[in-house]
Amino acid sequence: MTASKYSSPRATLRTTIFGLSALGVAAYLVVTAVMFAAIVWQLNRVFATDVLDSLSAEVRTLATIEESGGTDALRTTVQRLSRGSNARLYYLSGADGSKVAGNLAALPPRFAEEGSGGMFPYRFGEGPRAGERYAAGLAVALPDGGRLVVARDVEDQRQVIWWLRLLALAGFAAIALGGLGLGLVASRSVLSRVETMSEATSRIMVGELSGRLPLAGTGDEFDRLSESVNAMLARIEELMHGMKEVSDNIAHDLKTPVNRLRQRAEATLRTAKTAEELGAGLGQTIESADEIIKTFNALLLIARLEAGAIEETKTKLALAPILTDAVELYEPVAEEAGVRLFAERIADVSVDANRHLIGQAVINLIDNAIKYGRHSLQAGNGKETGSSDTQANIKVSLHQDSGRAVITVADNGPGISAKDRERAMERFVRLDKSRSLPGTGLGLSLVAAVARLHGGELRLDDNAPGLRAVLSLPV
Amino acid sequence: MRVLIIEDDSETATFLVKALKESGHTADWASDGISGLELAREGAFDVLLVDRMLPELDGLSVIQTLRKEGNQTPVLVLSALGDVDDRVRGLKAGGDDYLTKPYAYAELLARVEALSRRTIPGEQTTRIAVADLVLDRLSHAVTRAGEPIALQPREYRLLEYLMKHAGQVVTRTMLLENVWDYHFDPQTNVIDVHVSRLRAKIDKAFDKPLIHTVRGAGYVIRDSE
Repeated sequence: MTASKYSSPRATLRTTIFGLSALGVAAYLVVTAVMFAAIVWQLNRVFATDVLDSLSAEVRTLATIEESGGTDALRTTVQRLSRGSNARLYYLSGADGSKVAGNLAALPPRFAEEGSGGMFPYRFGEGPRAGERYAAGLAVALPDGGRLVVARDVEDQRQVIWWLRLLALAGFAAIALGGLGLGLVASRSVLSRVETMSEATSRIMVGELSGRLPLAGTGDEFDRLSESVNAMLARIEELMHGMKEVSDNIAHDLKTPVNRLRQRAEATLRTAKTAEELGAGLGQTIESADEIIKTFNALLLIARLEAGAIEETKTKLALAPILTDAVELYEPVAEEAGVRLFAERIADVSVDANRHLIGQAVINLIDNAIKYGRHSLQAGNGKETGSSDTQANIKVSLHQDSGRAVITVADNGPGISAKDRERAMERFVRLDKSRSLPGTGLGLSLVAAVARLHGGELRLDDNAPGLRAVLSLPV
Repeated sequence: MRVLIIEDDSETATFLVKALKESGHTADWASDGISGLELAREGAFDVLLVDRMLPELDGLSVIQTLRKEGNQTPVLVLSALGDVDDRVRGLKAGGDDYLTKPYAYAELLARVEALSRRTIPGEQTTRIAVADLVLDRLSHAVTRAGEPIALQPREYRLLEYLMKHAGQVVTRTMLLENVWDYHFDPQTNVIDVHVSRLRAKIDKAFDKPLIHTVRGAGYVIRDSE
């Protein structure tokens, strides 16, 4: 299953969002580490300078005391000082190396040499409260061969720096863990959204065309993406539905004439005895073939129009000549059919359109009006239509209405009942009354397709009486 | 008339060669673009029939190459691609006429004959006459046996087209394309009604009809039956 692809830990770590948060955390850590290091280094330096300054000052003072008062004066001073603050540490040894005075228990081992100094641990206190602390000290050699060590307890400063380091480390750890954790959570949540989308697309891919991507309802970027994908899916479904419908209809409506062709050919083969009979039979066969070709051509044209691939053939097109030409072309046919076809109120409107397609659409509308308007009128009345009231007429007009060019072809025939009007524009739909007439059943759907392609629409209205076909196109 | 057919489907080509021969023409066949181009370069043809989709070199390239080389032999493009755009592309490439498959042989023959006539000088004459019917292309005046005949502008253009192709069969589609500039088949036979109206004005008052219907093909204007 594809879902597991997204829920594996590796997938979680490979997301863009996790990568970005890891990078952010790393950058933050580097910057703060440098900062902390600088602070600690500076603090150390300040503490050390401080301690060293006061130690050397004291050493100088004690040296002066020793010079003026001798070893005894120094010993008393050290004894006095040793009783003072806990932080001040002293050790005075005699020429033989034994302790003479001071509050340090022993000479720090490294201080035995000449001129040495530095950090050393020392024992502090007694009993259970005893402990080891650190001190910084300086050692000087005395003229009598003894040795003086002056030291300061620096345990508190050490503690400060130690705590600072600990705090920094803890902070780093918290930031690293928190940042990466948040990254993981975000990554997981993105992945789960992607996963649901991916599951939905998988379902759609295997044929569930009505499926849609789920929306979280938050209006975030995923919802926006899902919405546009869903719009696309809806369009695809519509197209697929159209394709299926067309292929069903082709199967149904083309099989009939193909079968008729076959039967005619068979009948001719079986029954024709003379060359004349054969010729007539073949003539009929060719007629059937032409009928099929016409249907195919119309279907192909509609299919192309619905694919919407004619954008480059559009030009600025004045509609008036298109209408008057079409009326002029059909006027004799209409007259012969006993229909008065005329153009009225032709406004001067131009649209961005393909001349041939608009011409064909208008002609289809007029052709339809003559064929069905007239035919049904006669069928309805049964008898000759004597009075001028029942004179069949078809009026073609053009006007502009709120940014739209509106072409109207109106007849006064029986019209189409409200419930059939939508259906009449569908492919291959031939309303019962028209089945006996020649035609492919594609005329109106072609007009509708032309209209849609130009961003317009075809509407069938009641002309009371009759049908009013309204083709509106954006100007 | 010598016709060169450049067509890769052998059955179609064989049929056309045979049919054109029966119609009194001679026909040669090339089955791909390259050999078709080579044959056409020899220049001994009156009309070329060129399929658009050909192996080796497509039909439109064949025509373009010929035109670049200065070969002006009329070309009828045959194609399964029947859209207005395809047609425009075919004519832009240098084709003189365009016919969509499947077609009726009568349609093809009429167009081939109309094309071959195109190169005959005198097409630009200002005065065309068929028997006693005279059409003056400057004044747009039409007379028969010296009597003026009043025609609507479209009727005039219809008659002009027929007379320009006097003696040749002109199909309904050719009329629709050349007189009305519509490139599709209307479902009703609108052309027939226009022709019969014209006929009423040209032939009705006279003993000898000039506009004849050719069954299964179209119309022809000519002096004799």
